[in-house]
Amino acid sequence: MLEVLIQLLPSVLLEGLILGFVYAMIALGYTMVYGVLELINFAHSEIFMSGAVAGAETFILLKAAVPNPFILLALAILIGGAVAAIVAILVERLAYRPLRRRGTTNRLVPLITAIGASFFLQDLVRLIEGLWHNAFYRRYPSFEVFEATYTLPNLLGSVIILLTLWIVFWVLAYFAYWIYRAATGTKGVSRRASRGLWIASLVLTLLVAVIDRGTVFGDLGLTIQMKSILVVVISFAMLYGLNWLVHKTKLGIAIRAVAQDAQTASLMGIDPDVIITYTFLIGGFLGGVAGVLFGLLYTLVHPYVGFIPGIKAFTAAVLGGIGNITGAALGGLVLGMLEMLGGTYLTFLTNGAMGTEYKDILAFAILIFILLFRPQGIMGEQVGEKV
Amino acid sequence: MKKALWLAVLALGALAFAQGKVIKIATVSPLSGEQAALGEMIKLGAQLAIEEAQADFEKMGFKLELAPQDDQANPDVGVAVARRLVTDPEIVAIVGHLNTGVAIPSSEVYKDYQLPMVSPANTGPAVTDRCYLDIDRLVGRDDVQGPAGATFAVKTLGAKRIFIVHDKTTYGQGIAEQFRKRALELGAQVVGFTGTEEKSNFQALILQMKAKRPDFVYFGGIYNQGAVLLKQMRERGIKATFMGPDGLDSSKFVEIAGQAAKGAYYTTVAGPIDQYPKAKAMAEKFEKKFGKAPESFAIYGYDSANVIIKALKNFVSYAHRAPTRAELSMLIRQTTLEGVTGHVAFDYKGDRKEADYFVVHLEEAKYPGKVVKVISFPAPATPCKAIK
Repeated sequence: MLEVLIQLLPSVLLEGLILGFVYAMIALGYTMVYGVLELINFAHSEIFMSGAVAGAETFILLKAAVPNPFILLALAILIGGAVAAIVAILVERLAYRPLRRRGTTNRLVPLITAIGASFFLQDLVRLIEGLWHNAFYRRYPSFEVFEATYTLPNLLGSVIILLTLWIVFWVLAYFAYWIYRAATGTKGVSRRASRGLWIASLVLTLLVAVIDRGTVFGDLGLTIQMKSILVVVISFAMLYGLNWLVHKTKLGIAIRAVAQDAQTASLMGIDPDVIITYTFLIGGFLGGVAGVLFGLLYTLVHPYVGFIPGIKAFTAAVLGGIGNITGAALGGLVLGMLEMLGGTYLTFLTNGAMGTEYKDILAFAILIFILLFRPQGIMGEQVGEKV
Repeated sequence: MKKALWLAVLALGALAFAQGKVIKIATVSPLSGEQAALGEMIKLGAQLAIEEAQADFEKMGFKLELAPQDDQANPDVGVAVARRLVTDPEIVAIVGHLNTGVAIPSSEVYKDYQLPMVSPANTGPAVTDRCYLDIDRLVGRDDVQGPAGATFAVKTLGAKRIFIVHDKTTYGQGIAEQFRKRALELGAQVVGFTGTEEKSNFQALILQMKAKRPDFVYFGGIYNQGAVLLKQMRERGIKATFMGPDGLDSSKFVEIAGQAAKGAYYTTVAGPIDQYPKAKAMAEKFEKKFGKAPESFAIYGYDSANVIIKALKNFVSYAHRAPTRAELSMLIRQTTLEGVTGHVAFDYKGDRKEADYFVVHLEEAKYPGKVVKVISFPAPATPCKAIK
């Protein structure tokens, strides 16, 4: 039983990481818009969806004309991202800007508009696809190159297991100690105690490794597909690119300035409306690329595909600290892994009573728990740097 | 001048009267969405039967028409369509639905208006177990299909550790439970039984399979999920034999799963067309007319429509008027037909007296597969019961 849990751990975390990168890229769209407008753009899940559907159409239409799958993927990413960016800008122009112009102060109004825009886009895409193909479920075609499977070295799996065990033990020990301190009337954990805890958890981990060495260092069967590697590489590049854009370019400075104080920024010669458009463009593009990668990974997309990943990504953004770019990326990764852990382990933990369909229970229970202790999110809402 | 006008009006009125005797048979099945491939076959089969019969009805002074409807494989839409259909007096009978979960609530509406429904595809036992006079079906039942699949899996294929996945619909979960029951009776071990509405990402489920190491995976549901699951299973190195019910019986299953479909099994209540010697002429006509070969439920749609047409014809040639819905319901239950799917006769509940069940093996990733076993089995005499 425990052996199975340990043996699966690297695969689970790897799958979670891949899913997490997709969430992270969507979460960035939420967090950037929140940064500049303090608006939860619920239509972002449909921006993701329009990117996914546009990517599917690109793949299907150009499959015959472009034989190289890598070039095809690049085209799909560009077109999917561009379509999503255009949709995002249109939503901003047609739905949010008029409200801002009228000086709507009630924050519920743009929120409801966002939800309305979300439903509108779902059915609009459904209508277009329905008229076009009489079918609104689109599939990404499969390519041998993308589906090639590689076996990863067992050592990597062993290292992942040990690191995870260490972290889990450390968190549990830290928490237990914290409760103990709180119960005895003192607050906080001293530095010395903290060091003691991580050494103790390291010792515990090594103990497990020695006792269960057959499993930990055995054949873990850790495999990864080409398309998963692509997803990780592309999203990592995108996240890095965004970080560079926000921190090293003039546009990035302007975005951060508007996020801090739009009125003052406009006194310095920055047009907030232009910056807001850019923000939607960047967030939309990332969301669209995430859509194409999602389609590539899981093959089926449809007009309602955005809802669940959208909600999850929004959660990830809050988890990481809304308005915080690094936080959104981190929140996405954490949520992806939690979801995969829940989906896989819940059946074992409840002895089959709760199947995979309840995977979100565990993920969101942990989420509520984290937010109870850190309501500002993992990274917190960095006011100075929020975007 | 005035006289001429009156005459014209009269002539027009007579024309309208002559043409007013329209009889419509509606098909209700998913025509859009991802299950459209199965739903369209029902519609086309019924369309062929109706078009063949149109000339005869014209001689009797009636215009027979098809009214194809889309239920989107969605219970809510199905019931909405049903409510619309019962208010149209020209509609005398229904051929449909595809999904058991849609057929059950929709047929509650038909029953209230005594509108006869002949099902070409619903295999859920509850469709006829409610013993409504107006609901009949031409295909077999899941409480035979599921156990037949399980017997084949355990006895013939030697399955020992079975992992069962279903789609949480009335149909999918129902047949998965039937399968599990028989597999356990036969001594196999069921290492997992789980439902999922997921359509794209099955990774968590697959990781569980990795842990439970099944040698056999059964999927209770429709091809749009089953094919993706199978594909991702194979991509992640799960080599267990794959089997599913008639929901997988579509060329789309192979199209989506690709090479992964090779070696998969499915049980079905509507065998490949070459299993029906009488269907050959119909198949040629079908292909010529619609440009594609009849698949899965097409011939059952054809026979369902023909049962209705035969009952209608008998009544109209005798009574020289269109039957009321209640009269037609009674007649359909009594009608027997030498159809392309064999002898059609209904028992007291509306089940076909003897239905065929097939086990099909996809030896290559090509549809349709090879039939490895055919069983003719009478409808089980389960007691009548209301649901809910």
